[in-house]
Amino acid sequence: MIRNRIAPFFSNGILILLSVFFLLPVYVMVTTSLKPVSEATLAQMWELPSRIDLTSYGIAFEKLEPHLLNTLYLVIPATILSALLGSLNGYILSKWQFTGSNTLFALILFGMFIPYQSILIPLIQFLQKIQLYNTIPGLILVHVVYGIPITTLIFRNFYANIPREVVEAAQLDGNGIWGIYRRIILPLSISGFVVVGIWQFTQIWNEFLFAITITNTSQQPIMVALQNLSGSQIVQWNIQMAGALMAALPTLLVYIFLGKYFIRGLLAGSLKG
Amino acid sequence: MAEAQTVSTVKKGRHREKWISFLFVLPSLIAIFVFVYGFIAWTGYISLTKWNTFLKDLSFAGLANYRFLFADFRFQSDLRNTVVFTLLFMAVCICLGLFLAVLLDRKRKGETLFRNIFLFPMALSFIVTGVVWQWIFNPSTGINLILKQLGVDDPPLWYVQTKVIPDLHLGQLHVGLPLALIAVIIAAAWQLSGFTMAMFLSGLRSISDELKEAARVDGATEWQVFRYILLPALKPITFSAIIILGHISLKIFDLVYAMTGPGAAFVTDMPGLYMVETTFKGSHYAQGAAIAVIMLVLVSLLIIPYLVLTFRKEESL
Repeated sequence: MIRNRIAPFFSNGILILLSVFFLLPVYVMVTTSLKPVSEATLAQMWELPSRIDLTSYGIAFEKLEPHLLNTLYLVIPATILSALLGSLNGYILSKWQFTGSNTLFALILFGMFIPYQSILIPLIQFLQKIQLYNTIPGLILVHVVYGIPITTLIFRNFYANIPREVVEAAQLDGNGIWGIYRRIILPLSISGFVVVGIWQFTQIWNEFLFAITITNTSQQPIMVALQNLSGSQIVQWNIQMAGALMAALPTLLVYIFLGKYFIRGLLAGSLKG
Repeated sequence: MAEAQTVSTVKKGRHREKWISFLFVLPSLIAIFVFVYGFIAWTGYISLTKWNTFLKDLSFAGLANYRFLFADFRFQSDLRNTVVFTLLFMAVCICLGLFLAVLLDRKRKGETLFRNIFLFPMALSFIVTGVVWQWIFNPSTGINLILKQLGVDDPPLWYVQTKVIPDLHLGQLHVGLPLALIAVIIAAAWQLSGFTMAMFLSGLRSISDELKEAARVDGATEWQVFRYILLPALKPITFSAIIILGHISLKIFDLVYAMTGPGAAFVTDMPGLYMVETTFKGSHYAQGAAIAVIMLVLVSLLIIPYLVLTFRKEESL
């Protein structure tokens, strides 16, 4: 009886303590970004701002705005295109398997595990040749292609839950592969598209390696701009934190409002269907 | 009769449709074969050339770039750091993730809130994480302010520390745990422990409650339930978690780039960082390609057996 009363008290205590640790960086980001310059000092890191000062947001926004727009132009088409490709591939690889299709799927999947450094030099040579180096369309192409494995995986697992009879019945009604996809599968795919869309949005928004090697200066996405902002010694600390918060906000909002789907994408990425 | 006839027409159609279905995935297949396998092959070739200047020189150099790297202090440090980082990062993520999952599994009130708090870092970019943790672990502020309040006179130097323990010497390399890596491991574990928690939590939820209850009725303690029922059931998930975390950690780049850079005496350097710097800042393309090939081999050692196992299992179903 005593054990039953102490155990939950104890586990709550640990959970609260760990929550404080997990929220520490958020506390630092939020409080520092709201401080006037005079209070954003090393000695006062943990102190609350004496008054709310939004100047740092104004300055950070001015510096980051063009790059936020770059990322927006990148992330929207790249997410839509890679979700469409993934849906088509997932449909074929789960409902119209042909000889060797499982092996081909495994070969596709390998592409999501490779360190991208191992394709980076040829990729840049290729983008230079087709004149897409240092352009947003170039980055879109890169994210669509290297997004194929994960989007195909998520959709393949998603469509595996649609019974084969549904496809066979539609076939007897005279529908071909494309007709079944358009009339039957696509309307059933909405939550699949939400999961994949959120996953790709988050990944592409946060991506850094391609961003920093394929673009320079005015074409750079937000994460490169944020890194430049915080890497420079002259920029005030409160401005860095305001910038970090602004760069993180879109994916954080997606997580807060659509977290359930985000977690589904996360778990699908671990190959467990 | 009529039914048998329809089935046979469907079957006849199947053969043609298999070809059509192949055509639907063909564009993606071509893209993957060029952008993944073709480019890997090209990188492999570059790593065997003399292209270590701004001007492209694709004359054959044999294994010279690899020989250079394995004798190079920076690359040796990178390999040491990768091994140390991978082992500790995986251990922390798996232990903390499992611990959180077990705590949350038994809890009904407030579970969603706690789960969201532990998982939200997954939605952040490593760059944001790096920028913030860099300040928190800055030796003259952050954590050390708190430690000083608690009466620690001589707080750690975190990522500025250059000491390696136990500091065994192997040629020019100091073998051991570079203390500077601890701050990076904490930041990385902060970001990814929630992920292992979510994996374990979904695993725990799939174990039937009756099984646990039956064991408890039979007089098993909570520890015995954990040790003999939950832990064995979580084995496949732990295996997946090791693969996922392992390949993330072998490739780690953005977090180190934003948080510490290579560090003094390369105590926080990683192969991914060295590759990008030597290729794009130093124009040592062939050396960069060789680093990339070594990274790919390391990741492949982990991933290929996993993919083969997964697909064998699937085909036998």
